[in-house]
Amino acid sequence: MNTTSLYHTWRKVKNLSMSVLSFGCAVVVIAPLALVLFYLIKAGASSIDWRFLTQLPKPVGEVGGGMANAIAGTLTLLGLASLIGVPVGVRGGVYLSEYGGERANWWIRFGADVLNGVPSIVWGIVAYALVVVPMKGFSAYAGGVALGFMMIPLIIRTTEEVLLLVPNGYREAALALGIPRWKIILRIVIKTALKGIVTGVLLAVARIAGETAPLLFTAFGNRFWTHHLKDPVAALPLQIFTYAISPYDDWHRQAGRGRWF
Amino acid sequence: MNVTVATAQPKREGNPLMTENNQSLPLTHLASSKPGETPPGDAPATKAALEVDNLCCWFGLHQAVYELNLRIPAKAVTAIIGPSGCGKSTFLRCLNRMHELVRGSRLSGQIRLFGEDVYGPRVDATLVRRRVGMVFQKSNPFPTMSIAENVTVGLRLNGIRNRSVLEERMQRALHMAALWDEVKDHLDRPGTSLSGGQQQRLCIARALAVQPDVLLMDEPASALDPIATMKIEELIQELKKNYTIVIVTHNMQQAARCSDYTAFFYLGRLIEYDRTEKVFTNPSNKQTEDYVTGRFG
Repeated sequence: MNTTSLYHTWRKVKNLSMSVLSFGCAVVVIAPLALVLFYLIKAGASSIDWRFLTQLPKPVGEVGGGMANAIAGTLTLLGLASLIGVPVGVRGGVYLSEYGGERANWWIRFGADVLNGVPSIVWGIVAYALVVVPMKGFSAYAGGVALGFMMIPLIIRTTEEVLLLVPNGYREAALALGIPRWKIILRIVIKTALKGIVTGVLLAVARIAGETAPLLFTAFGNRFWTHHLKDPVAALPLQIFTYAISPYDDWHRQAGRGRWF
Repeated sequence: MNVTVATAQPKREGNPLMTENNQSLPLTHLASSKPGETPPGDAPATKAALEVDNLCCWFGLHQAVYELNLRIPAKAVTAIIGPSGCGKSTFLRCLNRMHELVRGSRLSGQIRLFGEDVYGPRVDATLVRRRVGMVFQKSNPFPTMSIAENVTVGLRLNGIRNRSVLEERMQRALHMAALWDEVKDHLDRPGTSLSGGQQQRLCIARALAVQPDVLLMDEPASALDPIATMKIEELIQELKKNYTIVIVTHNMQQAARCSDYTAFFYLGRLIEYDRTEKVFTNPSNKQTEDYVTGRFG
């Protein structure tokens, strides 16, 4: 064996061992996620049924009932939060990428990144101070505000990133046609980046859909249907939390179904 | 500066400088790059589409163009040649007010489009850009739009909604860009589905649909293969009958083939500006001669 083929073999060995190592690391990362999913499915799948989806919770001690109000509540809260989060977030992202001075933009980005890292319960406190106290009560509005504020820095950053990916050549070509700047941004730049913006919004919605802490003292939870937005509203994460830490077996089963859902 | 234009000049095809006796008028001092030098009384007999007076451009502290004086004749092709970084594209962008979009850019001097000051205090830059169109080096049809929508985007986004007007202008623009026969059967396909040369012609059609007075071309064929380049050059010859064209090019042979007048830039200054034949066969300036014969650049 001459030295070249020996070196070649050594390179192959290195290549293979690195591939195996990378694969192993990927498995280690995915494993907790897979285990959690598996547990959820096992615990809940056997008992999801029609009653769960359409019935209200039964009084304490009685077996049965469902989480219909929580499902509806979560959807309501997501809708309210999107109404606040999406316009502000997308416009903020547009401002960062298309307008704004360099220094101002740096500070805005910095602020958005800091806000992204704020624990979600702090947003609950903010909404408590801003909405619950003046309204003298818990409400869907407060929950929507808390979740909406959480969405804003997330959407700002993702929108900005996606807009920056639109090549400058399109903006220049449109400018050279004598189209006003705002129309270029609206009809060409945003249109080109639309898929990315929608992805960012969906990610933000998915993130806040699972938040429990900000809803603890804003939406507060409700064991009945909520008829007005200014009343407390149930939400899935809240209901699951309440049930899971309770001493009742039936509630534990319900929590499992909720998690599955 | 007062430029007197000879009146009652008969329209001659392809050679706006000929008198009635078919004698060529001397093209003295169409350009001057030295500060303080006044142009002579006998002015070019051709109507100037764009007049540039003492134009200086900066990018921050770096000056890119020094005291440029130039008259670009109407309905003719003017080529701007010079080595990289000599200010050709910067100058072109000043003509349609795209230079000011760069952060930190600055300019002084005056540019007049058919007598009107382009940088006047009440002039809307978007209106200037509608009258002075531009085609870029890298073709950039909008990816979210079909071919037909690409051509009419300049009209639609400026408020024209009448379907028949849009249809008619689109067909005319595609005919003028020599693209109609190739795309007439699939106008709904996305703009990016065409080949490189076709995309560039689509961009030209898009620029023409807005019916500008002047068409600026920044190295339009430099990213294309020879056949596509030839088609673009033929297109330019056709277009000059109705439009004033200013083309920046790295390719001297292209400038020699396509243009009526050629301006040679070097390090931000205009060195020579004259009829193309003269610049390439008998240039007045030694630097020009060195450049066109390939001794540098």
